[in-house]
Amino acid sequence: MEQIRLSGIKKSYGGAVAIENLDLTVHSGEFLTILGPSGCGKTTTLRAIAGLEEPDDGVIQLGDTTVFSRHDGVIIPPEKRGLGLIFQSYALWPHMSVAKNITLALKEQKLSASEVENRLTTALEMVQMGDLRNRYPSELSGGQQQRVAVARLIALRPAILLMDEPLSNLDAKLRTEMRAGLKRLHRDLDATTVYVTHDQIEALTLSDRIIVMNEGRIMQEGTPYDIYHHPANLFVAEFIGDPRINLFSGVVKAGRLECGDLTLPVRGGLSGKLTASVRPESINVSFDTKPHWLEVKVENVQPTGADTIIQVHAGETPITLLQSGFITLDVGAPLWVNFDLTTLNFYDPETTNNLGQA
Amino acid sequence: MASISQQPAGKPALLSGRNLGYQFYRLKNRPEVVIGALCLAFLGFVVLVPLFQIVRDALTYQSYDLAYVPDAEVGAFTLFHLDRVFLQPISKALFIKPLLNSLSMGVAVTAIAVTVGSGLAWLMVRTNIKFKGVFSAMLMFPYMMPSWVMALAWLILFKNDRIGGADGLLTSMFGVQPPNWVSYGFFPIVITLSLHYYAYAYLLISGALATVDNELEEAAATCGMGKWQRAWRITMPLLVPALGSAIVLTFIRILGTFGTPALLGLPVRFFTFSTQIYASINARNQGDAYVLALVLIVMAITFIWINSRIIGVRKSYVTMTGKGFRKRESDLGIWQWPATIGVILFLIMTVALPLLLLLWESLTLTSGNYSFSNLTTYFWVGEGNVNLAYGEPGVLHNKGILGALGNSIKLGFSAALFNGMLGLLVGYAVVRGRGLRMSKWLEGVAFAPYIFPSIALGAIYIGMFSTSIGPLPALYGTFAILVLITVIKNLPFTSRTGIAAMLQIDKSLEETARVQGIGWFRRMFRIIIPLSMSGLVAGMLLTFITAMRELSLIILLLSPGNMVLTGVIFGYQEQDMAQHSGAVTLMLVLIIIVVSVLVRVLSGRAGVQGLNNN
Repeated sequence: MEQIRLSGIKKSYGGAVAIENLDLTVHSGEFLTILGPSGCGKTTTLRAIAGLEEPDDGVIQLGDTTVFSRHDGVIIPPEKRGLGLIFQSYALWPHMSVAKNITLALKEQKLSASEVENRLTTALEMVQMGDLRNRYPSELSGGQQQRVAVARLIALRPAILLMDEPLSNLDAKLRTEMRAGLKRLHRDLDATTVYVTHDQIEALTLSDRIIVMNEGRIMQEGTPYDIYHHPANLFVAEFIGDPRINLFSGVVKAGRLECGDLTLPVRGGLSGKLTASVRPESINVSFDTKPHWLEVKVENVQPTGADTIIQVHAGETPITLLQSGFITLDVGAPLWVNFDLTTLNFYDPETTNNLGQA
Repeated sequence: MASISQQPAGKPALLSGRNLGYQFYRLKNRPEVVIGALCLAFLGFVVLVPLFQIVRDALTYQSYDLAYVPDAEVGAFTLFHLDRVFLQPISKALFIKPLLNSLSMGVAVTAIAVTVGSGLAWLMVRTNIKFKGVFSAMLMFPYMMPSWVMALAWLILFKNDRIGGADGLLTSMFGVQPPNWVSYGFFPIVITLSLHYYAYAYLLISGALATVDNELEEAAATCGMGKWQRAWRITMPLLVPALGSAIVLTFIRILGTFGTPALLGLPVRFFTFSTQIYASINARNQGDAYVLALVLIVMAITFIWINSRIIGVRKSYVTMTGKGFRKRESDLGIWQWPATIGVILFLIMTVALPLLLLLWESLTLTSGNYSFSNLTTYFWVGEGNVNLAYGEPGVLHNKGILGALGNSIKLGFSAALFNGMLGLLVGYAVVRGRGLRMSKWLEGVAFAPYIFPSIALGAIYIGMFSTSIGPLPALYGTFAILVLITVIKNLPFTSRTGIAAMLQIDKSLEETARVQGIGWFRRMFRIIIPLSMSGLVAGMLLTFITAMRELSLIILLLSPGNMVLTGVIFGYQEQDMAQHSGAVTLMLVLIIIVVSVLVRVLSGRAGVQGLNNN
């Protein structure tokens, strides 16, 4: 177990800034996810930790070792950083059997033959691939290839695990299965893990802590619960959550936010222009008329099986609702909704920062 | 644990020890930059420096000019050579005539070769012609033969009494002397070169045709286009880039080709640029040769430029998905058999007949007598007889020939080996260094030899390596210079093979090895080389074949000390010893074919793909 510290990391390609002055600490044994849209700098950050990308400035420390410092002229190549990395493409060597793929690096380390064999067997057992050691990568399914990549990592026993969107090449069903596998791997190896993804579900389900990045900057750092319930700004609010969070913009008048056809109570001290957010599942729905509830018209109904996404209009204002269960409704039918006011977040539309909850 | 505050950010001063150390380690971390810089320096030295050198030599007085300008100061700037080649009365013989001859020959051969090649490509790729497998293998044969084999065969058939010596087959059988224009000069040169160079156009265009998705034509059909409309509006425009490069490639090769114009043109003083350069150098007028070589290079660059201007934009929309798709063959109907027989006859004429004629010639005791009673194996196994062929022993007992054979094979293998290595390294540096300016330069310099017509590159190398350069001894007359020039001339193709092979190896395959602690040499030998092997072998086989059959490129650099088979053949032909030249040519072709087949079998037919890409 080792701690990873990045400070003042900067990287740009030509004129395009990939990382803008990044400070980041990953605690020993922690599972940290860097989450963000493509091009946000998350993969560059991961590759900088691995040594495959060279920052323009800053310091990177793995445990007690400084592996990169522009100021002190330190740069340790990836070969000597002793970490494990899983690529999106798995990067299995196509001309080598499963066993060769796993043992190549071990043999480079001049481990004894019995030790190599021992580690190979253990690693293959851990991913339940014991009987496929003589196959070639092209003879394996996507999920099996991914497991070989994991086994290759296990056999090396690195103190730090880096994963670059390891699940995005798998189909949806396998992804859920492998997600559980990766979580178990982290527990078994007890390694400090940095996981990069654009998939919020992976981030929310796997992580001890999440870092949301956009345009080379950290937008929010926090536990999955915090990130989901208390987004630090509108970017995080909109990026996390499916279906997308409801946003209502308006002006505060007499303690209430008036936005088009609906008004919402606001916390004292807030005034002027404001944007409010509420998650689709935090809105109560009634199929019968209820006093003081807002009447809306059904626009579109999308049952996904366990849940149903209902899009409605309050006058001109669109609202998205999420209800559990398989619901069918007629377009144009009336519904009555009521917001769970404790879940409301308010943002300054100028700075897009969260101003606190109702 | 060290805290961040002790590790301040910010860059150290440019020349501080810390910064220099950092830059050194940084470089050590990027092998592609180091390799790229080394390759660039080497290629700059062997490609660009010689070019500057002949420009300089062409614009200054040289010692051999003293015969014309006794008071000239060697090394002083002068327009003497330019004046001589372009403006003096001698210009007509030295420049104008060879220019017109080269151009008309180039246009005629290119037109015929590209037409024949395209027609064959269409038949082989897009129709239901019979025996496709056999045909496509046979159509590769001209590629494996020296370009002037056809010229030798032509002489055996149509030689007349113009230059003395024995009669050709036609005269000896019917007693008719073919007119001069049939035996020598423009007409036979165009015919024989066309029947060799169609193979290049065929390879390029059949490759392109195979990548045009039938669905594009089917989509046009659903839009209501007829068969001819589809061919004209859809397929043809997609083929324009391939057609353009086939034309330019053929044309530049024709400009630089030496063997055929020498064999069929020199007897009637029909000079092309290539033979004129050869004649000038033999007459020790290197200055003239350099100016002519520069004109050739300028012409080649002009054609490449025009080609890229015309089709450059269109190239971008050639759709090559790389995925397999259905190929639909059009039914030739009642023409299926006539077309098949036509191709068989064509192959007999261009492949079997020339080789048979050479074989027959090599078995005749006295030249020009093609009766059965005159057959002998003397020229193959004879021990040497003062009454025959100046006492020259038969091929299999001839020390000179066997020595040249050894040199040829040595040249083929060493050129292939160095080319493979260089191609791999250039490919590695170019692909891994993508985005760096160096990567672009390297790609450009590696491609530069493409624009030097063979004979011109030979002339450049005479100029450069006839004296020692720094620690490098004078290479003229050595075996090393043959290897060097062959490697350089083939570099555009092998570096392209190397780049293509590297592009197919995802960066992550090497990066994952890096992260796992595997060093650069081990990564090269365990991962990069095994994964690019099939492409490399194909490229190396190509170099081997080219090196074995090359004459135009090395004719100016050959001397008794580094003689190779093609040079021996040319020598015998100049001395009118047709039996020997026929026998040696057959031996050469046989070796090339045997090695190609062996390499392909051993490398699991991996070579076919690479050859098709040339």
